Amino acid sequence: MPNKIKDILSKKFKDAINFSEDQNCYFILDATKLENIATFLCNSKDLQYNYLMCLSAYDLGESTKFGIAYNLYSTHFKHYIEIRIEFEENCEIQSVSHIWKTANWHEREAFDLMGIEFKNHPDMKRILLPEDWEGHPLRKDYKTPEYYKGMPVPKDKSYWE
Amino acid sequence: MFKVIDKSIINTDEMVLNMGPQHPSTHGVLRLKIITDGEIVNKVEPIIGYLHRCFEKHCENLPYEQIVPFTDRCDYLASMHMSHAYSMTVEKLLDIKLPERVEYIRVIVSELQRIASHLIAVGAFGLDVGAITPFTWTLRDRERILDLFELLCGARLLYNYVWPGGVSHDLPVKFIERTYEFLDYFLPQIDEYNQLLTTNKIFIERSADVGVLPLDVGINFGVTGPSLRASGTNFDLRKDEPYSVYDKFDFNIPVGEGLMGSVGDCWDRYYVRVLEMKESVKIVRQALDSLPKGDVHEVLPKKIRPNKGEVYSRYESARGDVGFYIRSDGKNIPTRVKMRSPAYCNLSVLNEISSGWMISDIIAILGSLDIVLGEIDR
Amino acid sequence: MISIVDTILDSLSFINIDINMLLLVAIILPGLVLFVLMAINVMLAVYFERKVAAFMQDRLGPMEVGIFGYKGGKKFWGGIGQIFADTVKLLTKEDIMPAKADKLLMLISPFIIVTGALLTFIGIPFSKGLIVSDFNIGILYIIAMSSVGVIGVILAGWSSNNKWSLYGAMRSAAQIISYEIPIGLTLLLIVIVCGSLQVSEIVLWQSENRWFIFHSPFAFIAFFIYFISVVAETNRTPFDIPEAESELVAGWMTEFSGFKWSIFFMSEYANMLIVSIVASIVFLGGWLSPFKIIHLSFIPETWYLLDGFYWGIFWLMLKAIILIFVMMWFRWTFPRLRVDQLMYVCWKVFIPFSLANLFLITIWELIF
Repeated sequence: MPNKIKDILSKKFKDAINFSEDQNCYFILDATKLENIATFLCNSKDLQYNYLMCLSAYDLGESTKFGIAYNLYSTHFKHYIEIRIEFEENCEIQSVSHIWKTANWHEREAFDLMGIEFKNHPDMKRILLPEDWEGHPLRKDYKTPEYYKGMPVPKDKSYWE
Repeated sequence: MFKVIDKSIINTDEMVLNMGPQHPSTHGVLRLKIITDGEIVNKVEPIIGYLHRCFEKHCENLPYEQIVPFTDRCDYLASMHMSHAYSMTVEKLLDIKLPERVEYIRVIVSELQRIASHLIAVGAFGLDVGAITPFTWTLRDRERILDLFELLCGARLLYNYVWPGGVSHDLPVKFIERTYEFLDYFLPQIDEYNQLLTTNKIFIERSADVGVLPLDVGINFGVTGPSLRASGTNFDLRKDEPYSVYDKFDFNIPVGEGLMGSVGDCWDRYYVRVLEMKESVKIVRQALDSLPKGDVHEVLPKKIRPNKGEVYSRYESARGDVGFYIRSDGKNIPTRVKMRSPAYCNLSVLNEISSGWMISDIIAILGSLDIVLGEIDR
Repeated sequence: MISIVDTILDSLSFINIDINMLLLVAIILPGLVLFVLMAINVMLAVYFERKVAAFMQDRLGPMEVGIFGYKGGKKFWGGIGQIFADTVKLLTKEDIMPAKADKLLMLISPFIIVTGALLTFIGIPFSKGLIVSDFNIGILYIIAMSSVGVIGVILAGWSSNNKWSLYGAMRSAAQIISYEIPIGLTLLLIVIVCGSLQVSEIVLWQSENRWFIFHSPFAFIAFFIYFISVVAETNRTPFDIPEAESELVAGWMTEFSGFKWSIFFMSEYANMLIVSIVASIVFLGGWLSPFKIIHLSFIPETWYLLDGFYWGIFWLMLKAIILIFVMMWFRWTFPRLRVDQLMYVCWKVFIPFSLANLFLITIWELIF
């Protein structure tokens, strides 16, 4: 089955997608094809990945490279696939929330904590942090702010450590 | 079902009602912004983040073994499930094979935890609908399970018991005996709850046909667990992709059939949980009957330092499908830990299934989805 | 039947003051007694409710507080001093009023509700002759005075300046005035059979025939319709949408604290007592002992045991307390009905049945 999936995907999207053996996942090389690939994965008769399990954003650490991992599952055929896309900071990523509605909140969280903005998202705003928070905490180069609303963040942690 | 009044005939204003973070019936610090037209709700917007404790950021500074207590505090009503899910993911990363005894103990503890979590879900749903007595009864029975856990690892709620590579302590001397006693006591209690809630006409009026979740909408929104099984599918990770030793046990997956209303209404979500408690009792009994001997600390690694790689692993917790996505750089500290919590996705479907109902029904729907804010906010 | 006011007037008639002054004394004295009675009722009823709730929920309830060192033991009466502790607590609590609330209305609304309850007590008998004033429109007066409380409820919800309180007050007002119709219709049944609205005549008829609940199947059904309607009228579960704890915090009573809240509390339990006593008088024979369920003419009067003035008080209160216990039992067993289901039950189930009952009982009377 996995070979069949590889054949289908490489036939349809020749250069945009690449299978990596050691990490057992697919890498999308062309960020503009994300929406096409996602729609195909969800709607095609052989694949039917109708359940987006998890959308994780990660920071690669080396200057400003980010990645998003999509874990998809099909409830009809019971197979599983992982798709990743890695990109520079200011690359435009399409939102997939019109395909899998669960991505709505997951992408809001990715924006909130990692700072990745998704195009065409119906409601792009912070979800877990307060609305007026500055910065995106999960980035590797995030520094805790000195002041929050005029209150200084204590540097002397001897009270509780 | 109610229809929103056509605004061209009557000039009514929409009222924005705030069911604030402090409220007796939201299950934790959840804020609901409800836009209503009289008593009928047009839109519900849940606003979360009041319990955000930066779990994922903490994980990037802690060694793998020290993350286990943090996972407990994510879903504090089903802590064993969280730490079991996390330990399974780390073991997948490290590629360890566990001794049989460890797997059996983990299954026993997980299923007892499932019963405890469902007891609160069932009781709290009754409380939301107005029946106060079943809540006290379910808590009374949950105390017995917590007594068993206290005997096992010393803690009642946040256990730090399931470690990557094994469990922290072996079963103490009287544990098996007391668990059998509890199982014999508990099964008739479920019939008592059924008498008070399940077949009660007023309860059925309040919860049947309310908040119907169609199956394809549920899957699209990522709903999992009993909330999805009530909509008619038997999608359960313990049977579809068995992990640990679940393939050795014989149990059924309760599926919602719409006995008292439509398939996928609040009554179904409630009844699936009641039936799941019965199935968990069966599993615990089978596991106790065939518990192998062995040393639980056999493969417990002293230092966890996995190779570079990523892994995503899933687990069926009381609320649904918990996923952990861990990226490792070869150090003893993970680079990225992402927890996919089931209640997060279950809550996102609230707006979809609640437009057109009244405010009392919103509370019932929220209660039937069974959310825990600790898991949503992390 | 001689009433208390008449008795007091007679006994004080030797004092040669103007009749109006005597009347004043004769009115104020029973009024005070009634108020004290309401206060004692709420103290005992709260304790009773807490114990009943606890025993149904597999716990013990108040057990620690005792009077003068006596705690009441390990059985049902433990923690007997809780009665006085609760009273003192309610009377001495701090009175917090929201800043933008309407202060005058917030002050008045509890008193309107308790006035309604007090006025109703004037027409309620406690035994044969123990009634403040024996109106010849007894039943009608009682039903009418029970409706005074609605004004207080609406004022309370409005003056709190709180959206949730307003919701609760609106629901409560709708509920109370809807359920008064089945109550009136079912109480009308005995008026038709007995021929008089006066309370003493009703019990007299029952002592000469049989308890009204056994008069005909229609009266039997009417009792249940009446009982469920009064549970709705007094805003008890399963009809306690206005006070729904999990939705509206405490509904229209949210913003009241201290003495004002204890007045609301007192009126709720006073209402419960009133409707239970009315149910026992109209349907269950009032102050007649259970040996007098059916009047059999061949048994001489002297054979009836446990009958008399003081026994009458005991029987009446026993029946009322049993009905109050059943109301409390309902509260801790059933979930809550939704607003529209509540209204459906009233308008589409109870009122048609009550009207049918009314029609059919006249036919029964003509036949038998």
